[in-house]
Amino acid sequence: MTVSAIRACLPLLILAVTSVAVMIGIAIQRNHRATVVISLAGLALSFFSLWTAYSEAPAQITSLLVIDQYALLYMGFLLAASSAVVLLAFPYLENRSEHKEEFYLLAILATVGSMVLAASSHMASFFLGLELLSISLYALISYPRTQDLPLEAGIKYLVLAASSSAFLLFGLALIYIAQGTMEFRRMAGFSMDSAGGFAYLAGLVLVVTGIGFKLAVVPFHLWTPDVYQGAPVPVTAFVATVSKGGVFAFLLRWLRAGGAPSEPVTLILGIIAIASMLVGNLLALRQTNIKRLLAYSSIAHMGYFLVAVVAGGALGKAAATYYLVAYITTILGAFGCLLALGNGAVETETFDDVRGLLWRRPVLASVFTAMILSLAGIPLTAGFLGKFYVLAAGASATAWLLVVVLIISSTIGLVYYLRIIVAMFADSEGTAEEVKASRLGIGPSLVLALLTLGLVVLGVYPGPLWNGIRAAAAALG
Amino acid sequence: MVLLWLVLVPLIGGILSLLSDRRPQACRWIAMAATCIDLLLTVALWIGAPVRQSRWLYELDYNWIPQFGIRFHLAMDGLSLALVLLTFFLGLMAVLASWTEIQERVGFFHFNLLWILAGIIGVFLAVDLFLFYLFWELMLVPMYFLIGIWGHGRKIYAAIKFFIFTQLSGLLMLAAIVTLAIIHQQSRGAYSFDYESLLNTPLSQGTARLLMLGFFAAFAVKLPAFPFHTWLPDAHSEAPTAGSVILAGLLLKTGAYGFIRFVLPLFPGPAYEFAPLMMTLGVIGVLYGAFMATAQHDLKRLVAYTSVSHMGFVLIGVFAGNQTALTGAFLQMISHGISTGALFILAGALQQRMHTREIGQMGGLWSTMPALSGAGMFFVMASVGLPALGDFVGEFLVLLGAYRAHVGVTVLATLGIIAATLYGLKITRQVFQGPNRHNWRLPDLAAREWVIVAPMMLGLLWLGLHPQPFINMFQQLSERPQSVAALQIERR
Repeated sequence: MTVSAIRACLPLLILAVTSVAVMIGIAIQRNHRATVVISLAGLALSFFSLWTAYSEAPAQITSLLVIDQYALLYMGFLLAASSAVVLLAFPYLENRSEHKEEFYLLAILATVGSMVLAASSHMASFFLGLELLSISLYALISYPRTQDLPLEAGIKYLVLAASSSAFLLFGLALIYIAQGTMEFRRMAGFSMDSAGGFAYLAGLVLVVTGIGFKLAVVPFHLWTPDVYQGAPVPVTAFVATVSKGGVFAFLLRWLRAGGAPSEPVTLILGIIAIASMLVGNLLALRQTNIKRLLAYSSIAHMGYFLVAVVAGGALGKAAATYYLVAYITTILGAFGCLLALGNGAVETETFDDVRGLLWRRPVLASVFTAMILSLAGIPLTAGFLGKFYVLAAGASATAWLLVVVLIISSTIGLVYYLRIIVAMFADSEGTAEEVKASRLGIGPSLVLALLTLGLVVLGVYPGPLWNGIRAAAAALG
Repeated sequence: MVLLWLVLVPLIGGILSLLSDRRPQACRWIAMAATCIDLLLTVALWIGAPVRQSRWLYELDYNWIPQFGIRFHLAMDGLSLALVLLTFFLGLMAVLASWTEIQERVGFFHFNLLWILAGIIGVFLAVDLFLFYLFWELMLVPMYFLIGIWGHGRKIYAAIKFFIFTQLSGLLMLAAIVTLAIIHQQSRGAYSFDYESLLNTPLSQGTARLLMLGFFAAFAVKLPAFPFHTWLPDAHSEAPTAGSVILAGLLLKTGAYGFIRFVLPLFPGPAYEFAPLMMTLGVIGVLYGAFMATAQHDLKRLVAYTSVSHMGFVLIGVFAGNQTALTGAFLQMISHGISTGALFILAGALQQRMHTREIGQMGGLWSTMPALSGAGMFFVMASVGLPALGDFVGEFLVLLGAYRAHVGVTVLATLGIIAATLYGLKITRQVFQGPNRHNWRLPDLAAREWVIVAPMMLGLLWLGLHPQPFINMFQQLSERPQSVAALQIERR
């Protein structure tokens, strides 16, 4: 490896070293605070080394990884989201009885996996990244190992993720049979009519299955509500942002780099998008548990993404990325609020828990309201501009069916988002005794404040980020 | 710059009153100050209006999202001037009307009230379609809170119904706006959401028809035109007084404004094509609203249905395709805002005194509250369309213009005025006159209520006796966009 290659993958290396450092630290002396500091320092260093890597971009490192503007942009989002999760998790874990330190180790490993996904240019590195991510998540989801719900969620995720990995592997093998290569750029231009076309198509479908499982889109969504509900809130936030973000980065690159022929995949993704938008929003209507509700809403939001992906073109890629950033900001904020509401021992998750919140904790309730409004796509929030870009992408690709379904389903979505807000604004009389909330520490307050600020900035002044995204998407080709 | 302040003052006032939540009286004064300042600013704009040289009297244009050609572009012509004037007038009245009605969470109430006003002003001023949509949505959320928190009865149901109707139709409009911008980009090479550049976008007939329907959805729901009106009675009757005043007086006008400002000029062809359908919907609205009103037991619900009826006239006037009818529709918008707003204020005053809106529980109120009953009679007569009061002029001009376009529609719509007397007389007879069977002893209009009622009466008299300043405002200060559209329709 040359020096410039090392410089280019510095963000990945630093984070990998951080995980080792955390591990050694735990072996020497268990100290929650020190572990958090090391993790955050590693995440921050890795984040700032993005600029070093940027000076080398675009760099192809072996045939496995490509460090270009696009990969770096996504790595930046993933690192930021991961840092937010770490900050939010600290007070949560502080109130729990389990060993706390391994949480950060696993979270950092999962982040590395997710970043590898964003940079992979080869099916092998894709699979490595995915497994690194998944295996860390098994442990993270069932982290509170003395409780039933997280264990159930962990097992569920383990079984389903393992089988989806098997599908994926089989799909990769079939593609390899047809094409004799696993590099994206050498896959381009493969004709479906040539020999092996059928194996190739079957392989594609299986790969889409694996990706669909990770993104939790219909019909691969069945694990989502249970895992969202069962996992500890910081982990849920992690699954919703870092895990999905990495897979999403991969999907966009795979489609763009010519690894996938557009027609059949676009058709499949279009059907998945429509099903996700409708099923996610309709099932969310019936929920009374906010975490489950957010799980179903995430299914619908993945559907919105896919609209932009299917629409394609320069606008589609950029719109999808913008939507992802908006969604990450919003959903982190929403889970951050849920965390702030409870403490480690008791989790806030039902409508009753937030009833009358506005009159008890006005600031927190306002932040939560802003997040919900952003999820619903109301103007002046990030969610609205995201939806606007997706709509623009869909309209410019004349994908009318998708646009109409998007409109109808996001109106359905309003109903349950409004129910949360109504609950917060209701009179608090007659509620069960208030959950004893620990005072919100500096870390979570800072994260929530930054996220709220980001929400408004993204919703009001998208120019700079949009330019960056357009440039990165152009680098994708 | 003044245009920006018109929007900013309510926004800032709203935040201030939210911050001073602990001192309710301060919130009320802040809200009143904010609306007063803007009202005075608007009057100053009216008096100082330059002789019209360009399309807009006042204009403000900043770059916002250059990648999509989205600009922060506000502009005011005669049409928007009149509606902005109405907005702050009714806004002030709404603040005064809720002075004693709202006792809980006063700061947040006025925050919502002022932010709705800001949204409405933005809708009337924005000439960038993206910005327009933004303000269009901005009015919804606070309105939702206003109904959902301070409303009566089935308030949550009413609030959610209102929100979903307007949101779904709004998203359809957004899709149409985006498509229009993309078509513009394809033919001209650059994205633009600017009203004036979009006016010249070449559209095929089929596309124009579809896009018009997207805009139509949003405006028809807000107006509300006949089959899309079902959110209205619920929202109006369950909302607090200020909410009803703003809904009936202002929010409905944004729909009519959208038709005049956007649908006619942007899609003249389809507007002409669909005109018979639209006028038919208008007539159905006129008759249906009036007859439904006569059948109501709930005073506010009754008034709500009269809105459906009156806005039917506006729809007829807009699509009749000539300047007379359009002017009539404009006048009807203004005077309906005042007369219906006043009726809702009186209904709210009655509800506050009697704790009921059931007409059956009322009767003979004249003996105990002569002043309030007299005022009620006055506004009912205005609503019925008695000559010398505002509504008459508007309806008369609409019918006059519509007669040229379609005789049958006009005849049927005239029947609507007769139906209006039915509900008008019902209110007068069952609420104010007759024997005082329930032995009500109630305080008459307080000084504060006089302050509300008197200017509204004067306004209606002004509109009824000397509407020329307003007609000038509409026809001269904002001649081009409307008359262009109207002429295009007539030429065919």
